[in-house]
Amino acid sequence: MPFDSLRSLRAFDSERPKAMSESAKRASRMGYVEAKDLHKHFGEVHAVDGVDLSVNQGELLVLLGPSGCGKTTLMRMIAGLEEPTLGEIWIAGERVDQDVPPRARGIAMVFQGYALYPHKTAFRNISFPLEAIGKSPTAIREAVDWAATMFGIRPLLARRPRQLSGGERQRVALARAVVRSPRVFLFDEPLSNLDAQLRAIARFELKQFQREIGTTTIYVTHDQVEAMGLGDRIVVMNKGKVRQIGTPQEVYDNPADTFVATFLGSPPMNLVEHDENTLFGFRPELFLPRPTFPPHEDIRVYHLRVRQVEHLGAGRLVYGYLEEESRSDQPVIAGLPVTIRTPIAEDQVYEFAVPRRAMRYFDRRTGLKRQDGPA
Amino acid sequence: MTARRVVRVLKQIGLYSAAAAFTGLAVFPFYWMLVTAFKEDNDLYVAATMRAHIPWIFNEPPTLEHFQYLLGDTAYLAWVRNTILVGAAVVVITLVLAVPAGYALARLTGRWGERLGIGIFLTYLIPPTLLFIPFSRVIAVLGLQNSLWALVLVYPTFTIPFCTWLLMGFFRSIPRDIEEQAMIDGYSRLAAMRLVVLPLAVSGVLTAAFFSFTLVMQEFVYALTFISSVGKMTVSLGIPVALFRDVFNWGAMMAAALITSVPIAIVYNLFIDRFVGGLTAGAVKG
Repeated sequence: MPFDSLRSLRAFDSERPKAMSESAKRASRMGYVEAKDLHKHFGEVHAVDGVDLSVNQGELLVLLGPSGCGKTTLMRMIAGLEEPTLGEIWIAGERVDQDVPPRARGIAMVFQGYALYPHKTAFRNISFPLEAIGKSPTAIREAVDWAATMFGIRPLLARRPRQLSGGERQRVALARAVVRSPRVFLFDEPLSNLDAQLRAIARFELKQFQREIGTTTIYVTHDQVEAMGLGDRIVVMNKGKVRQIGTPQEVYDNPADTFVATFLGSPPMNLVEHDENTLFGFRPELFLPRPTFPPHEDIRVYHLRVRQVEHLGAGRLVYGYLEEESRSDQPVIAGLPVTIRTPIAEDQVYEFAVPRRAMRYFDRRTGLKRQDGPA
Repeated sequence: MTARRVVRVLKQIGLYSAAAAFTGLAVFPFYWMLVTAFKEDNDLYVAATMRAHIPWIFNEPPTLEHFQYLLGDTAYLAWVRNTILVGAAVVVITLVLAVPAGYALARLTGRWGERLGIGIFLTYLIPPTLLFIPFSRVIAVLGLQNSLWALVLVYPTFTIPFCTWLLMGFFRSIPRDIEEQAMIDGYSRLAAMRLVVLPLAVSGVLTAAFFSFTLVMQEFVYALTFISSVGKMTVSLGIPVALFRDVFNWGAMMAAALITSVPIAIVYNLFIDRFVGGLTAGAVKG
């Protein structure tokens, strides 16, 4: 039997209830959204270079990475706006990468610029996805009303996008995304157009709303604070590859390689050359004056020659060099909270310490984390 | 008055007189057309030989005799009808082909879109004075000599490239996000184009329709080549060719030109905002 007819037979089969439970079973065995060895090449550029990803049902997964790392391309492939060069995409147990167009994937997406329809009112913007599936006018009005209430934009429904503020536009875009109860939300940096003040509140609201509604969500951002704050799990990407997947705490505490270690955290993890094969890493906020540690804590003491002290209001950043690690000409940073009042002067040597549990070692050549300390 | 203020006033005067000069230059032909259309023949021809005669004012009371002659004794109304028929057909053909072509060039062909677009525009630049020779052969083979169908067939060869290029620019100014959003919101690419892209490109489509029509109205070479009988002429051919009998009938020619240009001027002024401005403000951020 030729392959095509086999496939069409299977497609026919999947319309029956029995096969439906089959795909549901498959969905529970694997992630709700799954990418398998996914590639996207634009000519010579490998924007996404062999990504395996599994998103659990109901979780908020953040794709984090610098611009050009492939996170947006990965999301666009899941949405169906970009065709993978190679690999598979599954949503809710159904393979979608070959001939399922965006409209049939059961997804909702919020673009960076919100992509509101400028010629339609807020109401028509929100109702547009419902018109596509031929809902009755009454059902549409009820659904729009429900979504608008959830985001507090009922008084704005008659306005056009250009009459709305940035925050209001974002709410309209979110309301449009939830209104037809999608299987998956895709968010492409939806907060990046808001000013800093609004962003923290919007982040809080977004997380609240996602928890309430419980829809599987993939969220793209280059902002590590946003990623840490929002994500149930974070996928750190660089140069088209996944570097690490884990909860925010895991990724922060146990970075898989030096890229993750320095991309997360502000200031980033200190990396000093320990020997010719090893980089030694520790977080600035765990590198503190020796007396601040309780006597029973297992610590490693270093002598820090202080070069510069920055007073940042919420604390101090102390720049200096480790006397013990003379191979490195990179300064290390200690991040002292405002509660530690130890006077520190420039060009003096102080005893600083790192808890042993917070010491990390990386292979100098590959950048990968080492399980067992220096080689 | 301080010296600085004097300089500013002088600058203003300079600016306004320059603007006035350009306006005068642009308006004068229309003024001449207007005056000539309503002048007595004597005022036009005979008096012109006299030294005291001032040509740009009415030396004798205005008259409607040229209009009466034009509408009563010439085929002018038939030319208007022919122009509208050909123009409408060409506009429809042009839009049907140029809208999808412009959209495709703006969106689908990537790097090659631009080069193809430029290539298409280049064909618009080949002068009709060269192209009428091969075209006349084609028209002869099709047996369309002295038929309006010849014009309906030939005119899109320059309106389509022009409008495709024009529309490509308009479609490009519409953010891609918006139609991708529509495709995610449950629509096919075609539906997204019809429901989201086209409403946003209304000003572009109107502009394209308007310019194809005016291109048809002013076309002369092809009309001269393919149309021979007076009753089948278009305005742009009939006025200079068929109003000329034993003398230049300036009064009637200017009357015809006036009647023809007034509706265009009105339409243009009504829609000038749409021609110039887009609707996309507020679509994306900002």
